[in-house]
Amino acid sequence: MALLEVRDVHSYYGNIHALKGLSITVEEGEIVTLIGANGAGKTTTLRTICGVIKPRQGSVSLEGENLEPFKIHEIVYKGVALVPEGRRIFSRLTVYENLDMGAYHRIDNDGIAEDFDRVFVLFPRLKERRNQVAGTLSGGEQQMLATARALMAHPRLMLLDEPSMGLAPVLVESIFETIQEINREGTTILLVEQNAHMALQVAHRGYVLQTGEIVLDGTAEALRNNPMVQKSYLGIE
Amino acid sequence: METLPKKGPYRQALAAIRRINQSRIFIISFGIVIIILLIWRIVVVARQTPFPPQYWAFQIINGLVLGGVYALVALGYTMVYGILFMINFAHGEVMMMGGFAGFFTLQLLTTLGWTEGSPYLSALSILLVIAAGMIVSVLTGVALERIAYRPLRTAPRLVPLISAIGASFFLQYSALRIFGVTPHNYRKPELISGGWAIGETGIFVTRTGVFIFVTSILMMIGLFLIVKRSKMGRAMRAVAEDKEIASLMGVDIDKVIAFTFALGSALAGAGGVMFGFHNTVMRFNTGFIPGLKAFTAAVLGGIGNIPGAMFGSLLLGVIEALGPSALGVPTEYKDVIAFSILVLVLIFRPTGLLGEVLTEKKA
Repeated sequence: MALLEVRDVHSYYGNIHALKGLSITVEEGEIVTLIGANGAGKTTTLRTICGVIKPRQGSVSLEGENLEPFKIHEIVYKGVALVPEGRRIFSRLTVYENLDMGAYHRIDNDGIAEDFDRVFVLFPRLKERRNQVAGTLSGGEQQMLATARALMAHPRLMLLDEPSMGLAPVLVESIFETIQEINREGTTILLVEQNAHMALQVAHRGYVLQTGEIVLDGTAEALRNNPMVQKSYLGIE
Repeated sequence: METLPKKGPYRQALAAIRRINQSRIFIISFGIVIIILLIWRIVVVARQTPFPPQYWAFQIINGLVLGGVYALVALGYTMVYGILFMINFAHGEVMMMGGFAGFFTLQLLTTLGWTEGSPYLSALSILLVIAAGMIVSVLTGVALERIAYRPLRTAPRLVPLISAIGASFFLQYSALRIFGVTPHNYRKPELISGGWAIGETGIFVTRTGVFIFVTSILMMIGLFLIVKRSKMGRAMRAVAEDKEIASLMGVDIDKVIAFTFALGSALAGAGGVMFGFHNTVMRFNTGFIPGLKAFTAAVLGGIGNIPGAMFGSLLLGVIEALGPSALGVPTEYKDVIAFSILVLVLIFRPTGLLGEVLTEKKA
Protein backbone atom coordinates (compact mmCIF):
# COMPACT_ATOMS: atom_id res chain seq x y z
CA MET A 1 0.00 0.00 0.00
CA ALA A 2 1.27 3.45 -0.88
CA LEU A 3 2.25 5.70 2.03
CA LEU A 4 0.41 8.64 0.52
CA GLU A 5 -2.38 8.34 -1.95
CA VAL A 6 -4.12 11.37 -3.38
CA ARG A 7 -7.01 10.21 -5.51
CA ASP A 8 -8.99 12.33 -7.95
CA VAL A 9 -8.87 15.47 -5.77
CA HIS A 10 -10.75 18.65 -6.66
CA SER A 11 -9.81 21.65 -4.52
CA TYR A 12 -10.99 25.23 -4.74
CA TYR A 13 -9.54 28.57 -3.70
CA GLY A 14 -12.74 30.50 -3.21
CA ASN A 15 -14.35 30.01 -6.58
CA ILE A 16 -11.17 29.13 -8.42
CA HIS A 17 -11.03 25.49 -9.38
CA ALA A 18 -7.37 24.97 -8.44
CA LEU A 19 -7.01 21.18 -8.57
CA LYS A 20 -8.98 19.33 -11.21
CA GLY A 21 -8.97 15.66 -10.40
CA LEU A 22 -5.40 15.29 -9.26
CA SER A 23 -4.04 11.87 -8.37
CA ILE A 24 -0.58 11.10 -7.04
CA THR A 25 0.95 8.33 -4.98
CA VAL A 26 4.09 8.31 -2.89
CA GLU A 27 5.61 5.02 -1.76
CA GLU A 28 7.46 4.58 1.53
CA GLY A 29 11.11 5.67 1.24
CA GLU A 30 10.78 7.62 -1.99
CA ILE A 31 11.58 11.17 -2.97
CA VAL A 32 8.81 12.26 -5.30
CA THR A 33 8.80 15.67 -6.90
CA LEU A 34 5.98 17.76 -8.21
CA ILE A 35 7.12 20.24 -10.82
CA GLY A 36 5.16 22.88 -12.61
CA ALA A 37 4.92 26.57 -13.38
CA ASN A 38 3.63 29.31 -11.09
CA GLY A 39 -0.05 28.81 -10.36
CA ALA A 40 -0.11 25.21 -11.56
CA GLY A 41 -1.46 24.14 -8.18
CA LYS A 42 1.66 22.76 -6.50
CA THR A 43 1.20 24.58 -3.21
CA THR A 44 -2.54 23.86 -3.28
CA THR A 45 -1.71 20.17 -3.55
CA LEU A 46 0.44 20.30 -0.43
CA ARG A 47 -2.12 22.39 1.43
CA THR A 48 -4.78 19.85 0.54
CA ILE A 49 -2.61 16.97 1.77
CA CYS A 50 -2.02 18.57 5.15
CA GLY A 51 -5.63 19.51 5.61
CA VAL A 52 -5.51 23.30 5.31
CA ILE A 53 -7.79 23.05 2.27
CA LYS A 54 -10.49 20.42 2.33
CA PRO A 55 -11.06 18.89 -1.11
CA ARG A 56 -14.60 19.12 -2.45
CA GLN A 57 -14.20 15.79 -4.12
CA GLY A 58 -11.68 12.98 -3.96
CA SER A 59 -9.64 11.69 -1.08
CA VAL A 60 -6.25 11.95 0.57
CA SER A 61 -5.16 8.87 2.46
CA LEU A 62 -2.10 7.93 4.43
CA GLU A 63 -1.41 4.18 4.48
CA GLY A 64 -4.99 3.59 3.41
CA GLU A 65 -6.48 5.78 6.15
CA ASN A 66 -8.61 8.61 4.82
CA LEU A 67 -7.42 11.93 6.28
CA GLU A 68 -10.68 13.75 5.60
CA PRO A 69 -12.21 13.65 9.12
CA PHE A 70 -9.08 15.03 10.80
CA LYS A 71 -8.51 18.66 11.70
CA ILE A 72 -5.34 20.44 10.61
CA HIS A 73 -3.59 19.98 13.92
CA GLU A 74 -4.40 16.27 13.98
CA ILE A 75 -2.80 15.50 10.64
CA VAL A 76 0.65 16.00 12.10
CA TYR A 77 -0.10 13.21 14.60
CA LYS A 78 -0.49 10.93 11.58
CA GLY A 79 3.09 11.62 10.57
CA VAL A 80 2.87 14.38 7.96
CA ALA A 81 5.03 17.49 8.38
CA LEU A 82 5.24 20.49 6.09
CA VAL A 83 8.15 22.79 5.30
CA PRO A 84 6.08 25.71 4.05
CA GLU A 85 6.76 27.99 1.14
CA GLY A 86 8.58 31.12 2.26
CA ARG A 87 9.81 29.20 5.36
CA ARG A 88 7.37 30.87 7.77
CA ILE A 89 9.40 30.27 10.87
CA PHE A 90 8.22 31.88 14.11
CA SER A 91 10.43 34.94 13.85
CA ARG A 92 9.93 36.14 17.42
CA LEU A 93 10.69 32.77 18.99
CA THR A 94 14.26 31.55 19.44
CA VAL A 95 15.71 28.86 17.20
CA TYR A 96 15.38 26.39 20.06
CA GLU A 97 11.74 27.32 20.66
CA ASN A 98 10.97 26.98 16.95
CA LEU A 99 12.37 23.46 16.97
CA ASP A 100 10.43 22.69 20.12
CA MET A 101 7.25 23.84 18.38
CA GLY A 102 7.97 21.25 15.70
CA ALA A 103 7.79 18.56 18.37
CA TYR A 104 4.73 20.16 20.00
CA HIS A 105 2.44 17.14 19.72
CA ARG A 106 5.01 14.64 20.96
CA ILE A 107 5.27 13.34 24.50
CA ASP A 108 8.25 10.97 24.13
CA ASN A 109 10.90 13.17 25.75
CA ASP A 110 13.73 10.76 24.92
CA GLY A 111 12.73 10.71 21.28
CA ILE A 112 12.56 14.51 21.20
CA ALA A 113 16.04 14.80 22.71
CA GLU A 114 17.30 12.33 20.11
CA ASP A 115 15.77 14.37 17.32
CA PHE A 116 17.34 17.55 18.71
CA ASP A 117 20.73 15.83 18.44
CA ARG A 118 19.88 14.61 14.97
CA VAL A 119 18.93 18.03 13.57
CA PHE A 120 21.91 19.66 15.24
CA VAL A 121 24.18 17.15 13.47
CA LEU A 122 22.39 17.84 10.21
CA PHE A 123 22.46 21.62 10.71
CA PRO A 124 25.39 22.61 12.97
CA ARG A 125 24.61 26.27 12.26
CA LEU A 126 21.34 25.98 14.13
CA LYS A 127 23.15 24.57 17.15
CA GLU A 128 25.43 27.61 17.22
CA ARG A 129 22.44 29.91 17.05
CA ARG A 130 19.94 28.01 19.14
CA ASN A 131 19.34 30.85 21.60
CA GLN A 132 19.06 33.50 18.90
CA VAL A 133 15.69 34.96 17.90
CA ALA A 134 14.79 33.26 14.63
CA GLY A 135 13.91 36.50 12.83
CA THR A 136 17.59 37.47 12.90
CA LEU A 137 18.71 34.44 10.89
CA SER A 138 19.73 34.71 7.23
CA GLY A 139 17.48 33.32 4.52
CA GLY A 140 19.47 30.11 4.21
CA GLU A 141 19.51 29.57 7.96
CA GLN A 142 15.76 30.16 8.08
CA GLN A 143 15.28 27.48 5.44
CA MET A 144 17.42 25.14 7.56
CA LEU A 145 15.30 26.01 10.57
CA ALA A 146 12.02 25.38 8.71
CA THR A 147 13.34 22.01 7.55
CA ALA A 148 14.67 21.11 10.98
CA ARG A 149 11.39 22.16 12.58
CA ALA A 150 9.51 19.72 10.35
CA LEU A 151 12.02 16.98 11.21
CA MET A 152 11.34 17.54 14.90
CA ALA A 153 7.85 16.16 14.31
CA HIS A 154 9.59 12.91 13.37
CA PRO A 155 7.40 12.63 10.29
CA ARG A 156 7.00 9.61 8.05
CA LEU A 157 6.18 11.91 5.17
CA MET A 158 7.78 15.30 4.81
CA LEU A 159 6.29 17.84 2.41
CA LEU A 160 8.71 20.48 1.14
CA ASP A 161 7.35 23.55 -0.62
CA GLU A 162 9.91 25.40 -2.75
CA PRO A 163 12.89 24.93 -0.45
CA SER A 164 15.23 26.60 -2.95
CA MET A 165 13.22 29.79 -3.28
CA GLY A 166 15.27 32.95 -2.83
CA LEU A 167 18.48 31.15 -1.88
CA ALA A 168 21.96 31.54 -3.37
CA PRO A 169 22.98 28.65 -5.69
CA VAL A 170 25.53 27.34 -3.20
CA LEU A 171 22.88 27.11 -0.52
CA VAL A 172 20.47 25.43 -2.91
CA GLU A 173 23.04 22.66 -3.48
CA SER A 174 23.44 22.11 0.22
CA ILE A 175 19.70 22.15 0.91
CA PHE A 176 19.17 19.47 -1.73
CA GLU A 177 22.02 17.40 -0.31
CA THR A 178 20.36 17.61 3.07
CA ILE A 179 17.05 16.51 1.58
CA GLN A 180 18.74 13.40 0.20
CA GLU A 181 20.40 12.81 3.54
CA ILE A 182 17.07 13.04 5.35
CA ASN A 183 15.59 10.60 2.86
CA ARG A 184 18.47 8.13 3.36
CA GLU A 185 17.70 8.20 7.08
CA GLY A 186 14.24 6.89 6.24
CA THR A 187 11.86 9.82 5.76
CA THR A 188 9.68 9.79 2.68
CA ILE A 189 9.67 13.11 0.83
CA LEU A 190 7.26 14.90 -1.45
CA LEU A 191 9.08 17.86 -2.95
CA VAL A 192 7.46 20.76 -4.76
CA GLU A 193 9.88 22.82 -6.82
CA GLN A 194 10.08 25.38 -9.56
CA ASN A 195 13.75 24.53 -9.90
CA ALA A 196 12.97 21.40 -11.95
CA HIS A 197 16.60 20.88 -12.75
CA MET A 198 17.60 20.32 -9.13
CA ALA A 199 14.39 18.55 -8.22
CA LEU A 200 14.79 15.93 -10.93
CA GLN A 201 18.36 15.30 -9.83
CA VAL A 202 17.44 14.30 -6.29
CA ALA A 203 14.03 12.70 -6.86
CA HIS A 204 13.27 9.10 -7.73
CA ARG A 205 10.02 9.87 -9.46
CA GLY A 206 8.19 12.97 -10.56
CA TYR A 207 4.87 14.42 -11.64
CA VAL A 208 4.38 17.40 -13.94
CA LEU A 209 1.49 19.61 -12.97
CA GLN A 210 -0.25 22.01 -15.34
CA THR A 211 -3.26 24.15 -14.35
CA GLY A 212 -4.40 21.73 -11.70
CA GLU A 213 -3.90 18.51 -13.60
CA ILE A 214 -1.11 15.94 -13.84
CA VAL A 215 0.02 15.97 -17.46
CA LEU A 216 3.00 13.67 -17.15
CA ASP A 217 4.58 11.31 -14.67
CA GLY A 218 7.46 8.87 -14.56
CA THR A 219 10.87 8.22 -13.12
CA ALA A 220 13.08 11.26 -12.69
CA GLU A 221 15.35 9.88 -15.40
CA ALA A 222 12.49 9.55 -17.87
CA LEU A 223 11.24 13.05 -17.12
CA ARG A 224 14.72 14.51 -17.54
CA ASN A 225 14.85 13.00 -21.01
CA ASN A 226 11.32 13.95 -21.98
CA PRO A 227 11.36 16.63 -24.74
CA MET A 228 8.35 18.48 -23.32
CA VAL A 229 9.92 18.68 -19.84
CA GLN A 230 13.25 19.71 -21.34
CA LYS A 231 11.62 22.50 -23.29
CA SER A 232 9.19 23.85 -20.68
CA TYR A 233 10.96 23.25 -17.38
CA LEU A 234 14.64 22.64 -17.98
CA GLY A 235 15.19 25.34 -20.59
CA ILE A 236 16.73 22.91 -23.08
CA GLU A 237 15.61 23.47 -26.68
CA MET B 1 17.05 68.76 -11.96
CA GLU B 2 16.00 68.82 -15.60
CA THR B 3 16.90 65.14 -16.02
CA LEU B 4 13.85 64.15 -13.98
CA PRO B 5 10.67 63.41 -15.89
CA LYS B 6 7.96 66.02 -15.34
CA LYS B 7 5.27 63.43 -14.76
CA GLY B 8 5.20 59.76 -13.89
CA PRO B 9 5.47 57.55 -10.86
CA TYR B 10 8.80 58.95 -9.70
CA ARG B 11 7.44 62.46 -9.40
CA GLN B 12 4.34 61.19 -7.69
CA ALA B 13 6.43 59.26 -5.20
CA LEU B 14 8.51 62.34 -4.51
CA ALA B 15 5.38 64.40 -3.91
CA ALA B 16 4.06 61.71 -1.56
CA ILE B 17 7.32 61.79 0.43
CA ARG B 18 7.07 65.59 0.70
CA ARG B 19 3.51 65.33 1.93
CA ILE B 20 4.45 62.76 4.58
CA ASN B 21 7.27 64.97 5.78
CA GLN B 22 5.02 67.99 6.00
CA SER B 23 2.38 66.24 8.05
CA ARG B 24 5.13 64.76 10.23
CA ILE B 25 6.61 68.21 10.81
CA PHE B 26 3.18 69.54 11.63
CA ILE B 27 2.54 66.79 14.15
CA ILE B 28 5.91 67.23 15.81
CA SER B 29 5.53 71.00 16.11
CA PHE B 30 2.02 70.51 17.44
CA GLY B 31 3.44 68.12 20.02
CA ILE B 32 6.16 70.54 21.05
CA VAL B 33 3.60 73.33 21.52
CA ILE B 34 1.43 71.09 23.70
CA ILE B 35 4.41 70.00 25.82
CA ILE B 36 5.51 73.64 26.30
CA LEU B 37 1.98 74.62 27.32
CA LEU B 38 1.82 71.73 29.78
CA ILE B 39 5.16 72.60 31.36
CA TRP B 40 4.18 76.25 31.60
CA ARG B 41 0.92 75.33 33.26
CA ILE B 42 2.63 72.98 35.70
CA VAL B 43 5.18 75.64 36.65
CA VAL B 44 2.48 78.27 37.18
CA VAL B 45 0.39 75.93 39.29
CA ALA B 46 3.35 74.74 41.31
CA ARG B 47 4.18 78.36 42.19
CA GLN B 48 0.65 79.24 43.21
CA THR B 49 -0.16 76.24 45.33
CA PRO B 50 2.97 74.63 46.63
CA PHE B 51 1.94 71.19 47.84
CA PRO B 52 4.27 69.62 50.41
CA PRO B 53 6.51 66.82 49.08
CA GLN B 54 4.58 64.31 51.21
CA TYR B 55 1.53 65.08 49.14
CA TRP B 56 3.34 64.22 45.91
CA ALA B 57 4.79 61.07 47.42
CA PHE B 58 1.34 60.04 48.55
CA GLN B 59 -0.08 60.66 45.09
CA ILE B 60 2.67 58.68 43.39
CA ILE B 61 2.09 55.72 45.72
CA ASN B 62 -1.63 56.00 45.07
CA GLY B 63 -0.97 56.08 41.34
CA LEU B 64 1.22 52.99 41.44
CA VAL B 65 -1.46 51.08 43.34
CA LEU B 66 -4.13 52.05 40.84
CA GLY B 67 -1.69 51.31 38.03
CA GLY B 68 -1.21 47.81 39.44
CA VAL B 69 -4.96 47.22 39.21
CA TYR B 70 -5.04 48.61 35.67
CA ALA B 71 -2.17 46.35 34.71
CA LEU B 72 -4.05 43.23 35.77
CA VAL B 73 -6.90 44.23 33.47
CA ALA B 74 -4.75 45.65 30.67
CA LEU B 75 -2.87 42.37 30.28
CA GLY B 76 -6.09 40.65 29.21
CA TYR B 77 -6.72 43.26 26.52
CA THR B 78 -3.21 43.04 25.22
CA MET B 79 -2.97 39.23 25.16
CA VAL B 80 -6.26 38.83 23.33
CA TYR B 81 -5.23 41.50 20.86
CA GLY B 82 -1.87 39.82 20.38
CA ILE B 83 -3.56 36.60 19.31
CA LEU B 84 -6.85 37.59 17.69
CA PHE B 85 -6.18 41.23 16.71
CA MET B 86 -9.46 42.20 18.29
CA ILE B 87 -10.28 44.42 21.26
CA ASN B 88 -12.32 42.51 23.81
CA PHE B 89 -14.49 45.42 24.92
CA ALA B 90 -16.33 43.21 27.38
CA HIS B 91 -13.11 42.68 29.37
CA GLY B 92 -14.03 45.40 31.88
CA GLU B 93 -17.23 43.49 32.58
CA VAL B 94 -15.26 40.29 33.08
CA MET B 95 -13.42 42.21 35.78
CA MET B 96 -16.70 43.41 37.27
CA MET B 97 -18.05 39.84 37.49
CA GLY B 98 -14.90 38.83 39.36
CA GLY B 99 -15.32 41.81 41.66
CA PHE B 100 -18.86 40.73 42.53
CA ALA B 101 -17.85 37.13 43.09
CA GLY B 102 -15.17 38.44 45.44
CA PHE B 103 -17.72 40.63 47.19
CA PHE B 104 -20.11 37.78 47.94
CA THR B 105 -17.32 35.50 49.09
CA LEU B 106 -16.04 38.26 51.34
CA GLN B 107 -19.50 38.77 52.79
CA LEU B 108 -19.87 35.07 53.50
CA LEU B 109 -16.46 34.88 55.16
CA THR B 110 -17.18 38.04 57.20
CA THR B 111 -20.38 36.47 58.49
CA LEU B 112 -18.41 33.37 59.39
CA GLY B 113 -16.05 35.66 61.28
CA TRP B 114 -12.95 34.60 59.34
CA THR B 115 -11.86 38.07 58.41
CA GLU B 116 -11.30 39.31 61.97
CA GLY B 117 -9.06 38.01 64.70
CA SER B 118 -6.72 35.27 63.59
CA PRO B 119 -4.31 36.64 60.95
CA TYR B 120 -4.01 33.17 59.38
CA LEU B 121 -7.74 32.86 58.88
CA SER B 122 -7.83 36.44 57.67
CA ALA B 123 -5.08 35.79 55.11
CA LEU B 124 -6.83 32.62 53.99
CA SER B 125 -10.08 34.49 53.54
CA ILE B 126 -8.35 37.11 51.39
CA LEU B 127 -6.89 34.32 49.25
CA LEU B 128 -10.33 32.72 48.93
CA VAL B 129 -11.86 36.04 47.89
CA ILE B 130 -9.25 36.47 45.16
CA ALA B 131 -9.67 32.87 44.05
CA ALA B 132 -13.44 33.26 43.80
CA GLY B 133 -13.02 36.41 41.71
CA MET B 134 -10.58 34.68 39.41
CA ILE B 135 -12.73 31.58 38.95
CA VAL B 136 -15.90 33.49 38.11
CA SER B 137 -14.00 35.76 35.72
CA VAL B 138 -12.40 32.79 33.98
CA LEU B 139 -15.82 31.21 33.50
CA THR B 140 -17.21 34.50 32.16
CA GLY B 141 -14.27 35.12 29.85
CA VAL B 142 -14.18 31.61 28.42
CA ALA B 143 -17.96 31.56 27.90
CA LEU B 144 -17.69 34.94 26.19
CA GLU B 145 -15.08 33.61 23.79
CA ARG B 146 -17.05 30.46 23.10
CA ILE B 147 -20.39 32.18 22.54
CA ALA B 148 -19.66 35.67 21.26
CA TYR B 149 -16.30 35.47 19.48
CA ARG B 150 -15.47 31.98 18.26
CA PRO B 151 -18.36 31.73 15.77
CA LEU B 152 -17.21 35.05 14.31
CA ARG B 153 -13.53 34.23 13.98
CA THR B 154 -13.51 34.19 10.20
CA ALA B 155 -15.82 37.21 9.91
CA PRO B 156 -14.42 40.66 9.01
CA ARG B 157 -12.61 42.32 11.90
CA LEU B 158 -15.37 44.79 12.71
CA VAL B 159 -17.91 42.06 13.42
CA PRO B 160 -16.38 40.54 16.59
CA LEU B 161 -15.73 44.09 17.78
CA ILE B 162 -19.45 44.87 17.64
CA SER B 163 -20.18 41.53 19.26
CA ALA B 164 -17.78 42.53 22.05
CA ILE B 165 -19.60 45.81 22.65
CA GLY B 166 -22.89 43.92 22.72
CA ALA B 167 -21.47 41.42 25.20
CA SER B 168 -20.26 44.30 27.35
CA PHE B 169 -23.76 45.76 27.59
CA PHE B 170 -25.28 42.34 28.08
CA LEU B 171 -23.06 41.65 31.09
CA GLN B 172 -23.48 45.14 32.53
CA TYR B 173 -27.26 45.09 32.44
CA SER B 174 -27.48 41.47 33.55
CA ALA B 175 -25.46 42.57 36.57
CA LEU B 176 -27.85 45.49 37.06
CA ARG B 177 -30.80 43.13 37.01
CA ILE B 178 -29.20 40.56 39.31
CA PHE B 179 -27.32 42.73 41.81
CA GLY B 180 -29.43 45.91 41.64
CA VAL B 181 -28.35 49.54 41.38
CA THR B 182 -27.24 49.96 44.95
CA PRO B 183 -23.49 49.92 45.48
CA HIS B 184 -22.14 46.87 47.29
CA ASN B 185 -19.60 47.82 49.91
CA TYR B 186 -16.44 45.79 50.25
CA ARG B 187 -15.61 45.47 53.92
CA LYS B 188 -11.86 45.18 54.28
CA PRO B 189 -10.55 42.36 56.44
CA GLU B 190 -8.60 43.57 59.44
CA LEU B 191 -5.36 42.30 57.94
CA ILE B 192 -5.39 44.86 55.15
CA SER B 193 -6.93 47.85 56.93
CA GLY B 194 -4.89 50.71 58.30
CA GLY B 195 -1.34 51.37 57.25
CA TRP B 196 2.12 52.48 58.23
CA ALA B 197 3.75 55.88 58.51
CA ILE B 198 7.26 55.85 57.05
CA GLY B 199 9.54 57.20 59.77
CA GLU B 200 9.26 60.93 60.38
CA THR B 201 8.64 61.79 56.72
CA GLY B 202 4.91 62.08 57.17
CA ILE B 203 4.34 59.68 54.27
CA PHE B 204 1.63 57.16 54.95
CA VAL B 205 1.16 53.92 53.07
CA THR B 206 -2.00 51.92 53.44
CA ARG B 207 -1.87 48.17 53.92
CA THR B 208 -4.42 47.79 51.15
CA GLY B 209 -2.14 49.70 48.80
CA VAL B 210 0.89 47.56 49.60
CA PHE B 211 -1.21 44.41 49.33
CA ILE B 212 -2.63 45.40 45.94
CA PHE B 213 0.70 46.46 44.52
CA VAL B 214 2.58 43.38 45.70
CA THR B 215 -0.15 41.02 44.55
CA SER B 216 -0.34 42.56 41.09
CA ILE B 217 3.44 42.41 40.69
CA LEU B 218 3.45 38.75 41.76
CA MET B 219 0.68 37.94 39.31
CA MET B 220 2.50 39.71 36.49
CA ILE B 221 5.64 37.70 37.25
CA GLY B 222 3.52 34.56 37.19
CA LEU B 223 2.03 35.52 33.85
CA PHE B 224 5.45 36.31 32.45
CA LEU B 225 6.73 32.87 33.48
CA ILE B 226 3.71 31.15 31.94
CA VAL B 227 4.11 32.97 28.64
CA LYS B 228 7.89 32.62 28.46
CA ARG B 229 8.53 29.22 30.00
CA SER B 230 5.53 26.95 29.64
CA LYS B 231 4.60 24.86 26.62
CA MET B 232 1.21 26.56 26.43
CA GLY B 233 2.89 29.97 26.58
CA ARG B 234 5.14 29.03 23.70
CA ALA B 235 2.12 27.85 21.74
CA MET B 236 0.42 31.19 22.52
CA ARG B 237 3.32 33.11 21.06
CA ALA B 238 3.46 30.84 18.03
CA VAL B 239 -0.28 31.23 17.42
CA ALA B 240 0.05 35.00 17.78
CA GLU B 241 2.60 34.97 15.00
CA ASP B 242 1.17 32.49 12.51
CA LYS B 243 -2.02 30.56 13.23
CA GLU B 244 -1.87 28.32 10.18
CA ILE B 245 1.69 27.17 10.71
CA ALA B 246 1.08 26.70 14.43
CA SER B 247 -1.85 24.42 13.68
CA LEU B 248 0.31 22.50 11.20
CA MET B 249 2.71 21.90 14.09
CA GLY B 250 -0.13 20.18 15.92
CA VAL B 251 -1.32 23.14 18.02
CA ASP B 252 -5.07 23.15 18.63
CA ILE B 253 -5.79 26.84 17.94
CA ASP B 254 -9.17 26.80 19.69
CA LYS B 255 -7.59 25.50 22.88
CA VAL B 256 -4.83 28.09 22.82
CA ILE B 257 -7.28 30.94 22.27
CA ALA B 258 -9.54 29.69 25.06
CA PHE B 259 -6.47 29.43 27.31
CA THR B 260 -5.51 33.01 26.46
CA PHE B 261 -8.97 34.23 27.41
CA ALA B 262 -8.83 32.19 30.63
CA LEU B 263 -5.44 33.63 31.55
CA GLY B 264 -6.49 37.22 30.82
CA SER B 265 -9.77 36.77 32.65
CA ALA B 266 -8.09 35.27 35.71
CA LEU B 267 -5.95 38.38 35.99
CA ALA B 268 -9.00 40.59 35.42
CA GLY B 269 -10.88 38.73 38.16
CA ALA B 270 -8.03 39.35 40.58
CA GLY B 271 -8.05 42.95 39.33
CA GLY B 272 -11.78 43.20 40.09
CA VAL B 273 -11.21 42.08 43.67
CA MET B 274 -8.28 44.50 44.03
CA PHE B 275 -10.43 47.26 42.64
CA GLY B 276 -13.10 46.37 45.18
CA PHE B 277 -10.61 46.65 48.04
CA HIS B 278 -9.23 49.88 46.60
CA ASN B 279 -12.49 51.57 45.71
CA THR B 280 -14.54 49.85 48.44
CA VAL B 281 -17.69 49.90 46.30
CA MET B 282 -18.82 47.56 43.56
CA ARG B 283 -21.61 48.41 41.14
CA PHE B 284 -22.97 46.95 37.93
CA ASN B 285 -21.01 49.51 35.88
CA THR B 286 -17.85 49.41 37.96
CA GLY B 287 -16.02 47.56 35.21
CA PHE B 288 -16.73 50.07 32.49
CA ILE B 289 -14.43 53.03 33.19
CA PRO B 290 -11.55 50.96 34.67
CA GLY B 291 -11.90 48.71 31.61
CA LEU B 292 -11.51 51.66 29.28
CA LYS B 293 -8.61 52.96 31.37
CA ALA B 294 -6.89 49.60 31.22
CA PHE B 295 -7.42 49.57 27.48
CA THR B 296 -5.87 53.04 27.32
CA ALA B 297 -2.95 51.76 29.36
CA ALA B 298 -2.51 48.81 26.98
CA VAL B 299 -2.47 51.17 23.99
CA LEU B 300 -0.13 53.53 25.84
CA GLY B 301 2.38 50.73 26.34
CA GLY B 302 1.85 49.26 22.88
CA ILE B 303 -1.08 46.90 22.38
CA GLY B 304 -0.14 43.27 21.95
CA ASN B 305 2.96 43.78 24.05
CA ILE B 306 2.92 42.29 27.56
CA PRO B 307 5.66 44.36 29.23
CA GLY B 308 4.13 47.36 27.45
CA ALA B 309 0.80 46.79 29.17
CA MET B 310 2.49 46.58 32.58
CA PHE B 311 4.54 49.72 31.99
CA GLY B 312 1.67 51.65 30.41
CA SER B 313 -0.64 50.82 33.32
CA LEU B 314 1.75 51.97 36.02
CA LEU B 315 2.47 55.12 34.01
CA LEU B 316 -1.21 55.85 33.46
CA GLY B 317 -1.96 55.28 37.14
CA VAL B 318 0.72 57.77 38.18
CA ILE B 319 -0.31 60.33 35.54
CA GLU B 320 -3.90 60.08 36.68
CA ALA B 321 -2.96 60.53 40.31
CA LEU B 322 -0.55 63.41 39.75
CA GLY B 323 -2.22 65.09 36.79
CA PRO B 324 -5.08 67.02 38.39
CA SER B 325 -2.88 68.52 41.12
CA ALA B 326 -0.01 69.26 38.74
CA LEU B 327 -2.31 71.01 36.31
CA GLY B 328 -4.31 72.69 39.05
CA VAL B 329 -7.64 71.25 37.93
CA PRO B 330 -10.25 69.45 40.07
CA THR B 331 -9.73 65.70 40.55
CA GLU B 332 -12.87 64.99 38.52
CA TYR B 333 -10.77 65.79 35.46
CA LYS B 334 -8.55 62.75 35.97
CA ASP B 335 -10.54 60.80 33.39
CA VAL B 336 -10.18 63.66 30.92
CA ILE B 337 -6.43 63.58 31.46
CA ALA B 338 -6.28 59.80 31.03
CA PHE B 339 -8.21 59.80 27.77
CA SER B 340 -6.32 62.85 26.45
CA ILE B 341 -3.20 60.77 26.94
CA LEU B 342 -4.80 58.06 24.79
CA VAL B 343 -5.51 60.54 22.00
CA LEU B 344 -2.00 62.01 22.18
CA VAL B 345 -0.39 58.57 22.07
CA LEU B 346 -2.50 57.60 19.09
CA ILE B 347 -1.43 60.77 17.27
CA PHE B 348 2.27 60.78 18.07
CA ARG B 349 3.11 57.17 18.60
CA PRO B 350 0.39 54.86 17.32
CA THR B 351 2.49 51.80 18.15
CA GLY B 352 2.60 52.78 21.84
CA LEU B 353 5.60 53.58 23.99
CA LEU B 354 7.10 50.08 23.92
CA GLY B 355 5.32 48.96 20.78
CA GLU B 356 7.24 47.51 17.90
CA VAL B 357 6.84 48.76 14.37
CA LEU B 358 4.81 46.12 12.61
CA THR B 359 7.02 45.22 9.69
CA GLU B 360 5.60 41.80 8.99
CA LYS B 361 2.01 41.66 7.90
CA LYS B 362 -0.38 41.01 10.70
CA ALA B 363 -3.55 38.91 10.52
